[in-house]
Amino acid sequence: MFDKYLIVDDSLRNVGPADAPTGFAFDAKLGYYRGLGLSMIEALDIKIDGEPVDRAAVRFDEGKGPLTLDEMETAYDRRWPFGAAATITVERPGGLAPGEHHLAFTERLRVSYMPFPSMNADEKTLSI
Amino acid sequence: MISKIKRGVSLYSFQEEMFLGQMSVEDCVAFAASIGARGIEILPEQNMPNFPDIDDREVAWWKELMAKHGTELTCYDMFLDTKRRKDRLMTDEEQVESIRRDLVLCNRLGIRNMRVLVFVRPDILERCVPYAEDLDVHMGVEVHAPWHMEHAWILRTVEVADRLGTKHLGLLPDMGIFMKHFPPVYRDRFIRQGARPEVAQFIIDQHDQKIMAEYTIYEVAVNMKGNPAEVRMAELLRHQPYANPKRIRDYIPYFRHIQAKFYEMTEDYRDPSHAYDEVIAELVAGGWDGYLSSEYEGNRWIQDVQPVDSREQVRRQHVMFERLIAQAEGAR
Repeated sequence: MFDKYLIVDDSLRNVGPADAPTGFAFDAKLGYYRGLGLSMIEALDIKIDGEPVDRAAVRFDEGKGPLTLDEMETAYDRRWPFGAAATITVERPGGLAPGEHHLAFTERLRVSYMPFPSMNADEKTLSI
Repeated sequence: MISKIKRGVSLYSFQEEMFLGQMSVEDCVAFAASIGARGIEILPEQNMPNFPDIDDREVAWWKELMAKHGTELTCYDMFLDTKRRKDRLMTDEEQVESIRRDLVLCNRLGIRNMRVLVFVRPDILERCVPYAEDLDVHMGVEVHAPWHMEHAWILRTVEVADRLGTKHLGLLPDMGIFMKHFPPVYRDRFIRQGARPEVAQFIIDQHDQKIMAEYTIYEVAVNMKGNPAEVRMAELLRHQPYANPKRIRDYIPYFRHIQAKFYEMTEDYRDPSHAYDEVIAELVAGGWDGYLSSEYEGNRWIQDVQPVDSREQVRRQHVMFERLIAQAEGAR
């Protein structure tokens, strides 16, 4: 319902020391008309320039500290509020080269009243 | 006969602008008040970033907001995360406790209606009735398409309410169950996704004739060799029922609030899809006195090609409400 707005414009950047980035990050919103507990975020699938990112390399932070996707599964006391941008970080020594990159992002949510998972996807070309 | 039907708005209606940070909760309330929509329905899990930890200061903020704009909180839309854990469903006890948590917050906010998601089991709600009675909150099971007032699942809640003789469990109709015509904004989106106009028109014609969805789906998917957009459009028919408006009057004792779903209002103040004219006539004739609470859900169908203007859409719906209520009053 909010697919085209999931990846926040102009939010792609490298993280870590400027001369030796440890990865890259972008900001994203939850594709849902309400907030959701982090334990119900089943997957945050990322492709950068067509290449899938390993699940273990992803960190999520809605403002209370970074978590791996596995740690999110039992983060029962934390929520991703409606309309709020969270920081998604990908561990990748060296980060991304300056210039344009194509970012594809899919959220798989466990929405209790739906018989199947809620899939939400966005893709954008962003510059570093 | 003067109708006592009241006009309100669910904050759900402004999800596009709120999601994008273009409208605050107060902007939504102020707008509602400006068009004479005095009842405000909220989704705490949307409108309260700290949910479920809501302190007394935040509760006071909501009450002051209502006083400032001359509005009142009408309905609390609850959710139930039965799939909160990956390894198992919530136990019955956990479900009851989650609903009780919502009933308590609903009561603290001074709200007397709670929208219960349609998938919540009637036997779970039965266990919550004593809490709802203590807190004086009516639990209304959302009658949402493709369910309808007389669907067997919905009648199970009616049976529980009757058996307990309680005034605190019942229904909460969503007007999406009265979809008489397929929404043009749906059609246009499917065409943008690749549906051929003639196939889209076939699906619309089938819906207008109230042909069972499965016939149309097979026709489109197999005989017409439908492309993915066409098949998705045909499959959507499963969720677009036109329930009989005449029946809603019989259920008036069970509901106190209505979610007035819509996808589009035209410039001449008409809903091309839902039979509001027929439903409002029944509500007025039945002497119903609750809130018609706007629930605009058209944003997701048009946001790919045009800016969404939820305020204008809601305003148009309220012009229609005033016209249809006055017409129904005149007919009495």
